[in-house]
Amino acid sequence: MKRVIYRELETEPGFWGPLVALVLLVGAGLGSAYYMEHHGHVVTGMDNRIVWGLPHVFAILLIVGASGALNVASVGSVFGIAAYKPMARLSALLAIALLAGGLAILVLDLGRPDRLVVAMTTFNFKSIFAWNVFLYTGFLAITVAYLYVMMERNLGGWTKPVGTLAFIWRLALTTGTGSIFGWLVARDAYNSAVMAPLFIALSLALGTAAFILITSWLLAADGRPFEESVVTRLGRLLGIFAAANLYFAGVQHISALYIAERVPVEDFLLVSGGIYPVLFWGGQVILGGLIPMALVFFAASRSTVLLASVLAIIGAAAQIYVIIIGGQAFPLSMFPGYDVSSNIFDGAIADYTPSLPEAALGLGGIAIALTAVLVAVRVLRILPLQLIGETDAADGNAGTQSSGSQKGRPAAA
Amino acid sequence: MSKCNGGKSADCGCNSETSTPVETARRWFLKSAAAFTTIALAPNVTLLAYAQEGGAQQPGQPRGEPVTAQKRWGLLIDLSKCAEGCEACVGACSRENGWKAEGHPRTDAQWIRKVNIKNRKSGVERSLPVMCQHCDSPPCVDVCPTGASFKRADGIVLVDKHICIGCRYCVMACPYQARSFIHEPVEDQKSYAPRGKGTVESCTLCVHRVDAGREPACVEACEAAGHKAMIFGDLNDPASEISQRIAQFPTHQIRADLRLDTGVRYQNL
Repeated sequence: MKRVIYRELETEPGFWGPLVALVLLVGAGLGSAYYMEHHGHVVTGMDNRIVWGLPHVFAILLIVGASGALNVASVGSVFGIAAYKPMARLSALLAIALLAGGLAILVLDLGRPDRLVVAMTTFNFKSIFAWNVFLYTGFLAITVAYLYVMMERNLGGWTKPVGTLAFIWRLALTTGTGSIFGWLVARDAYNSAVMAPLFIALSLALGTAAFILITSWLLAADGRPFEESVVTRLGRLLGIFAAANLYFAGVQHISALYIAERVPVEDFLLVSGGIYPVLFWGGQVILGGLIPMALVFFAASRSTVLLASVLAIIGAAAQIYVIIIGGQAFPLSMFPGYDVSSNIFDGAIADYTPSLPEAALGLGGIAIALTAVLVAVRVLRILPLQLIGETDAADGNAGTQSSGSQKGRPAAA
Repeated sequence: MSKCNGGKSADCGCNSETSTPVETARRWFLKSAAAFTTIALAPNVTLLAYAQEGGAQQPGQPRGEPVTAQKRWGLLIDLSKCAEGCEACVGACSRENGWKAEGHPRTDAQWIRKVNIKNRKSGVERSLPVMCQHCDSPPCVDVCPTGASFKRADGIVLVDKHICIGCRYCVMACPYQARSFIHEPVEDQKSYAPRGKGTVESCTLCVHRVDAGREPACVEACEAAGHKAMIFGDLNDPASEISQRIAQFPTHQIRADLRLDTGVRYQNL
């Protein structure tokens, strides 16, 4: 059985260059948050109709991606597939970092971010938002513990139980995130139990794509091998998840089309709604679903899998944009059978143009996540020296070795 | 303790030339403490005085006594009397509660608005005011993570501005587009209707007036405009005018399919 050796990221230019760029982006995000906070949300593209805008698209993208990024570790620890175990540490780290980035955006976009302590101490337990506070913080704590038992040689036996808990928790977390929309009874675009499994499928595809890209980046930065067979194997997993995501999206829209009162909103999102049908069909279905599936199943190679991963993330962003913004843009149905008008645009489709501060805050959140990943792999033994096809790591740490300064030295049993 | 004899006694405690540095420091400390205590307590004492004064105006609802579920406040709006183009209720609400147009219609607060509807088949038109419907099962209260959105025992749905974090989930959840997020700094607030940038607000049913035994400003303005399209009252009291009208005529709840049991009802819709 081959040993897996983990070592800190060693490249200097490959670390400092990206770090400086990321820190600048974090700074821009924080500056935007301050600007929005100082002047109020009037300086954003959001209003009383589109109350959740681009920051929420980024935040949900990161939060959903976080739970999906843990998938690679789960496949190794919970389902016992040895080929995934060398990637488990990075998978868990990515999950923690993406969630932290997403939560940072959500908090900084609050009308009163200074009241975070209120949100953390005053709860209405009927609210799925309040549940999510526990789901998010619990996920962070459990995944940190999971990472710890994977890295601590003497705790190898805990990898499977803690990994299983993390896997169950991530399913609950994404169920909670989907239910934020699924439980909105008043809006025809939401109010559906399928939102929970849809978000889980989305998270699996998005998280796997993010994992493939970030792993490629970090291994390439240090010149460490990332064998094509491993890449294409991950690519096939991405393809299966992309198919599952398309399946649930189909269930979401076809079942809504069967309900007469929902036909208008479905027509808006799928046919007549301008940017939203373009994003749905072009972004979510074709770019984010069908093309990645075709690439990974029929033309699998390193480059096609990487392209499929980029497209899957673009598709996920389009999907979340359609759900969040499109769902709000369609007017509330208060008077069925009537044309409705008022001075606050009742009955009208809401316009939304994202503003620069919103985009900067969203990108800042991504930068927070990537900065955390970059710094963590620099100081912790998370990144394997190589990812090659025949790697056969034992469960947890039994067959692994973390090597610090002793470059490339094979581990002693 | 000896009496003061013009500063000649060492322990007289007066501001005499013979005072030691230690005594000066102690005196300074005592003076400062007294001044600080006065400054800290005076506003509260004043507030208490105001509160007691306010209580004296409310024979039916003395302050300090909790509201109960014995009452369920509601509104009945008769659309046959609600004139198209009349905005008396909207203006009265704005003046009463201190919200106003800031020149940004998409982000300005709007506690109550006039909605015009036209039946697509028959062409029948109606104009009606829409505001927080004060649901018995309010979705905004269900979704609020901190409990800032809450329903009083007497059915009035409010926002506790002290614990609203500005997440806007309640705005997403409200079926009536009744809530506004404060997008800009606000000025000239009314003491009884506090507002704050970054928090959410909506119609309070003029809770400050209701607690003082008065009607909401919109109802009063509608009557003053000569329409009398709005009736305010206790839905739990079978003898109240609103209950009798609801018992006598068919009335309508917006989005009745959601079974939210709204406190605001419409007649002739």
